[in-house]
Amino acid sequence: MKQGIAVDLRNVVKRFANVCAVDHVSMQIRDGEFFSVLGPSGCGKTTTLRMIAGFEFPTSGEILLHGKSVGTTPPFRRNVNTVFQSYALFPHMTVAENVAFGLRMKKVPQAEIARRVTEALDMVRLSDFAARRPRQLSGGQQQRVALARALVNQPEVLLLDEPLSALDLKLRKEMQLELKSLQERVGITFIYVTHDQEEALTMSDRIAVMSAGKVLQIGTPTEIYERPVCRFVADFIGETNFIEGKVEALERGGIVSILSDDGLTLRGQTIRPVESGAHVTLSIRPEKAFLSVQEPPPGTPNCYQVRVERVAYIGSDTRIDVRLGSRLFDLWEQNSRSTLDRDAYWQPGETGYLWWPAENAIILTE
Amino acid sequence: MAADTLASDSQPREGRIAAILRRNERLQLGLLLFPGLFWLVTFFALPLVIVVFYSFAVNGPGGRIEWTFTLENYRILFTESLYVNAYWRSIWAGIWTTLICLLLGYPLAYYIVRSPPHWRTVLLFLVLIPFWTNFLVRTYAWMLILSNNGIINSAIQSLGLPRVALYPSEGAVLVGLVYGSLPFMVLPIYASLSRFDFTLMEAAADLGASQVRAFLKVMLPLTMPGVAAGSVLVFIPTVGQFVVSDLLGGAKVDYLGNLLQRLFTRSNPPNWPLGSAMAIVFMVVLTIAIVIYFRATIEEDR
Repeated sequence: MKQGIAVDLRNVVKRFANVCAVDHVSMQIRDGEFFSVLGPSGCGKTTTLRMIAGFEFPTSGEILLHGKSVGTTPPFRRNVNTVFQSYALFPHMTVAENVAFGLRMKKVPQAEIARRVTEALDMVRLSDFAARRPRQLSGGQQQRVALARALVNQPEVLLLDEPLSALDLKLRKEMQLELKSLQERVGITFIYVTHDQEEALTMSDRIAVMSAGKVLQIGTPTEIYERPVCRFVADFIGETNFIEGKVEALERGGIVSILSDDGLTLRGQTIRPVESGAHVTLSIRPEKAFLSVQEPPPGTPNCYQVRVERVAYIGSDTRIDVRLGSRLFDLWEQNSRSTLDRDAYWQPGETGYLWWPAENAIILTE
Repeated sequence: MAADTLASDSQPREGRIAAILRRNERLQLGLLLFPGLFWLVTFFALPLVIVVFYSFAVNGPGGRIEWTFTLENYRILFTESLYVNAYWRSIWAGIWTTLICLLLGYPLAYYIVRSPPHWRTVLLFLVLIPFWTNFLVRTYAWMLILSNNGIINSAIQSLGLPRVALYPSEGAVLVGLVYGSLPFMVLPIYASLSRFDFTLMEAAADLGASQVRAFLKVMLPLTMPGVAAGSVLVFIPTVGQFVVSDLLGGAKVDYLGNLLQRLFTRSNPPNWPLGSAMAIVFMVVLTIAIVIYFRATIEEDR
């Protein structure tokens, strides 16, 4: 598939009364991409989606669909379809009639409608339910009807507004995988709005992280998780320990040495250029730091003797809080051995050596 | 027998009547149904039966009823133009009033539902306020507005234009009927619309439906119960009314209600049998009309 740009947002602003819901957002979504917009509620992600759909028009800026500006084109003239959070199935129509609605509106010939509706229902495995009413279906089935109703129109872009949020956890996980494989099969560009970071990481080719109307970072799931550009992104996606301090020395390969506010010297990797003496935050994820019983060899970076304060066994991992300087530091150890031996696990009150390779920590300037 | 012993053991003070009741389920059912049935029979079925009997009786000299079976009353209704015309006039007035109320009421209800919550209460209140004034007084008010020296004609005259004879007329009657019935149309539609999920309109637009088609295919069908209820609430009282046509029509043209009222009270002598026949025909026609209307508008939900 050619890597064209399906949706191009250029400096899009949306103001409601005196609230700036979307603040100079620019992003390019490629053809055939599974693109997620991730952020907390009220960050402007749904408004962004609604502007692409045509339910809202931007206050300023431009939206292009395959190169054509669609600033004030009403939704029914855009070749874009939406899967709503509430599904918004028509309760007075059967499943088949719901799916056929878009094609009827476009005056597609009857025979073709029948064929495409059958195909679409097959695709979401609901052929046996064609004659049912939406309210006779389970939440997951309604969800699939909503998908079929949108996809049957073969839109340029499919917009999904938190479509899984009404489902229970197990079903949600199933639907995540199903959505992803469906998207790969049909090859349509998906723009997926969610506040659930795991959902975004699981399914997306790329993710845009939004907060307070602004896009903070756009990148692949790995980039977003491993190389967050600011504190918000590091904090919102996954868990992390923040340690604030001043830049002491710049070393080779982007390694920065900082002096924390409580007097620890720590090293981490920077992506952006930093100046000596600048205030920065070091972010180190709990699974990227280690706790050893024996003292690591001299020269091991970021090595401090610490006391274990709290231990939580959660099955796959053990979550350990250790005291590092004035703070509690969170680290996760994978329970890779299967044993009931108490000594195999850390106990509160024990001491150990906390350390991490410098490149496991990220230096954030914002 | 064991069960009986048990029951009387647990409630040793149970009297004879209570024991009889306990054993006789039919009696229980009968007693439970009695108040409702009594009410229906006394205030609904019995009067109806009396009216039916009257409608087949002969009106004797001086309005005295002679209990001789006759179809004469019905023959008069279906052949004499006075009555036939009154029927048609009333039905047409009902249809027009319902249609106009629908065209005014639906947008109004929509506007109220779409208003911010605190406005919604105020607007609904405004719709209901006229009810606090006596209906007669409000109808007299329309006489003043529409009369030759009324507000409208004064305004027209002040512009230097000739006066228009607005009142009394069938048009004035229609104005009065629409005015009086509008809230009965607005409220049920409002109830339907406030339960309507407006995301469905976005979904329809998203799937390529223009606003008009989205309205016809999604919003209207889903608010049909409100439209149907409102139409019935407007249509039935309108067809039977006599006050508005009396006051705003200048008592010059007869509507069904006017004839009924005259037959029962004003004419000398009164003619109860003919009036009864008229009421029966009125009821049968309305029932048939409503059944047809509901069949046509409300899709059967399987």
